[in-house]
Amino acid sequence: MNQANPILKVESLTVDFLSDNEPVRAVDNVSFHVNRGETLVILGESGSGKSVSTSTVMDLIDCPPGDIVAGTCVFDGVELSRLDAEARRNINGRRIAMIFQDPLAYLNPVYTVGRQIGEVFESHGAGSGKEARAKSIELLRRVGIPEPESRIDYYPHQFSGGQRQRVMIAMAIALKPDILIADEPTTALDVSVQAQILDLLRDLQRETGMALIMITHDLEVAAAMADRVIVMNAGSIVEAGLAREVFSNPQHAYTRRLISALPHGDAAEVSNRRSTTSAGETLLQVENLTKEYVVASGAFAGKRRFRAVDDVSFEVRRGETVGIVGESGSGKSSIARILLRLNEPSSGKAVFAGQDVFRMRGKPLMDFRRKVQMVFQDPYGSMNPRMNVRAIISEPWVIHRDILPRKAWKDRVAELLELVGLKPEHAERYPHQFSGGQRQRIAIARALASEPQLIICDEAVSALDVSIQAQVIELLADLRTRLGLSYIFITHDLPIVRHFADRIMVMKQGRIVEEGPTSTIFSAPRHEYTQSLLRAVPKPKWLVPEERPTAERSVGKTGLRLERTRNGSLAG
Amino acid sequence: MFSYIGRRASHSILSVIGLLTLVFFLTRLTGDPSALYLPLDATAEARAAFARLNGLDQPLHWQFAEYLKDLLQLDFGQSLRQNRSAMEVALEAFPETLKLAFIAITLSTALAILVGSLAAARPGSLFDRLASLASLAGASAPDFWVAIVAILVFAVGFEILPTSGTGSWAHWVMPIFVLTLRPFGLLVQVVRGTMLSALTSPYIKTARAKGLRRQKIIFGHALRNSLLPVVTVAGDLATSLVNGAVVVESIFGWPGIGKLMIDAIIQRDFAVVQSTILVTATAIFILNIAIDLLYAVLDPRIRY
Repeated sequence: MNQANPILKVESLTVDFLSDNEPVRAVDNVSFHVNRGETLVILGESGSGKSVSTSTVMDLIDCPPGDIVAGTCVFDGVELSRLDAEARRNINGRRIAMIFQDPLAYLNPVYTVGRQIGEVFESHGAGSGKEARAKSIELLRRVGIPEPESRIDYYPHQFSGGQRQRVMIAMAIALKPDILIADEPTTALDVSVQAQILDLLRDLQRETGMALIMITHDLEVAAAMADRVIVMNAGSIVEAGLAREVFSNPQHAYTRRLISALPHGDAAEVSNRRSTTSAGETLLQVENLTKEYVVASGAFAGKRRFRAVDDVSFEVRRGETVGIVGESGSGKSSIARILLRLNEPSSGKAVFAGQDVFRMRGKPLMDFRRKVQMVFQDPYGSMNPRMNVRAIISEPWVIHRDILPRKAWKDRVAELLELVGLKPEHAERYPHQFSGGQRQRIAIARALASEPQLIICDEAVSALDVSIQAQVIELLADLRTRLGLSYIFITHDLPIVRHFADRIMVMKQGRIVEEGPTSTIFSAPRHEYTQSLLRAVPKPKWLVPEERPTAERSVGKTGLRLERTRNGSLAG
Repeated sequence: MFSYIGRRASHSILSVIGLLTLVFFLTRLTGDPSALYLPLDATAEARAAFARLNGLDQPLHWQFAEYLKDLLQLDFGQSLRQNRSAMEVALEAFPETLKLAFIAITLSTALAILVGSLAAARPGSLFDRLASLASLAGASAPDFWVAIVAILVFAVGFEILPTSGTGSWAHWVMPIFVLTLRPFGLLVQVVRGTMLSALTSPYIKTARAKGLRRQKIIFGHALRNSLLPVVTVAGDLATSLVNGAVVVESIFGWPGIGKLMIDAIIQRDFAVVQSTILVTATAIFILNIAIDLLYAVLDPRIRY
């Protein structure tokens, strides 16, 4: 490693952001460097300032509200802040390129991907028209887009999530940059797609010798990619060093806490949060549930049917947690919506506490909706921003008048807030005044307000930082013991449910492909798909040999096939 | 797409029929035309003969049935005033209105896009504040007042422009100016607002990270994504102009459909009123379809 001459060196960078005219320090005295051919991972939870430092390098921070108080960024011997706008522009996209978290939002929706890739060549004088198009097709082929000659004229929304990220990567590597900055590049993707994207980034790095700066909150992704890692918390670097050392022997308390919150300890199962009581009687029995959608396709193709949920049967017992695991489009959320009677099933039966769910009308349906509650992925989106916490939590009592007399509401709200680990005085605040984890606690309190027997959690912790995830799962497990609740816990992230679910169902394309006790699913997965999901969880880089054997790569191939069929069904 | 147009057309025919029904009965509430068209000292026999000649002696529902029957044969009735086909009169006036509307809306949209985009590119700058001031003034000034002041200043005061009528290019200046002002003011606000939010979108960050030129980021990426709301508002404004700018056409003596309509109402020339309504309703229907199709052109995610 050439320590003496790093391609990028950031020193004592300090950035403020103006919020309500008060400067808030986003990045405080941050220094790091990256060498050619090396991968540096910046690890931190949301709000830790990890994206701000790289945005400064890319000149993406608007001043105001941003204010670079101090520090230098030296790229290839040149101090970036001394350059004029045109020189800065010439570095962006050509010598330093960047990819982002959510490729659907970060690609312009109204232009074809070919045009957006071609722009990189045109704006840096590296070819235009037919030449740029030919080069763009070549790039799309390189990043693994099938049939690039025709797909080049597609718009971003016509690709799957993984393919869109491939398009972003194609755009970023178009001019063979010296540095590629990847800001949470796989956070929005399914685990098998994530594995492919990480593979692609590693391969491209090997081919071009570029430096890779990867920003992530995901410890596994960090471990899988990093040569060196810096850990950020509240705007400062708390720990830095070789990835292997930081991960195996974390020095700083924050890093230690992060790593211990990681939901996948090995067989030791230190923090087992599964229910200890033996499961009681059956609470919910689902039989042969099927949901078909008629897909309106082109003028001559006629109507096609698409089975979102295909002949699914399972049961949930009292005090039990059933995990439903699957990638996006596997039908797991459709099941939740049907069970809550938000969508009607095409066929099938569900019996809740002895009553047929799909035939309920009037009063029995009201009672059912009270007993079954839902916690959504995005707690902010599922709360009315103009209602304060007290109004949000009391709303079930407005709807179901017989739960609680009005004069008892205030005390009960305080009680519920304490139950989920918040303070009674939080009741007068509004949703935007809370952090993501706190909001999810409010959502849980709201669900508890109607005294439910079953709570359906649809990706309830997926949007949260890893240490917050652990806390929320701890809370759910605790409530289960204290209140005798049952959960259906829907997630795309297999490791999350490992220490929480009693039984797991793995879904793929609307079907349950495997079902069993959690320990069996993890220790002896039978179905090929479950195995591929488990394998797709990134492994630490220092444990994986440099040239990986072909067996390892088969994960990527199954994933690719998956992605392609999903897209095929969309494009019709 | 064609099935979409077909569906829209059939809906529109229903609403046009409803509209014509309403107009038919409402115009007849304005009074008896014979009171206007015959001399004050006309005899009762002469009035009865006039009514009989024009079918005005029949009961109202009978007149309506006759009207519908004629409509089906594309006979839109005779103008009482001009004694020729009412549709001919309406179609003669309509192009005059269309020309005005087309120039005014094109001019105001183009100007608003330019001014609004530049204002949004540097929010809070001097240009932005001036643009906001101008657009607010333009949007709030009542057009009849602007028209009268303009006549006072340019026609009466400086005597460089004609007060009203048609003929030379100079006749176009004031009507176009007055009709452009308000749409311009409203559209600048729309363009500025949508551009401001477009410029903070993630894909703009991508464009900056790619190293695109500022001009291209603003006009290539942000503007293109801001056009949908602009088209919606511009379309709505165009509709009101095609409808005939009644006040402005009257003030400037412009022989358009707006002036024709108001004259026909005053003169109780029922067939002409009905024909002008039919013409403008059809035009607005076509305009709305065109706007919907334009959405699909501008945003590939919209398909019918």
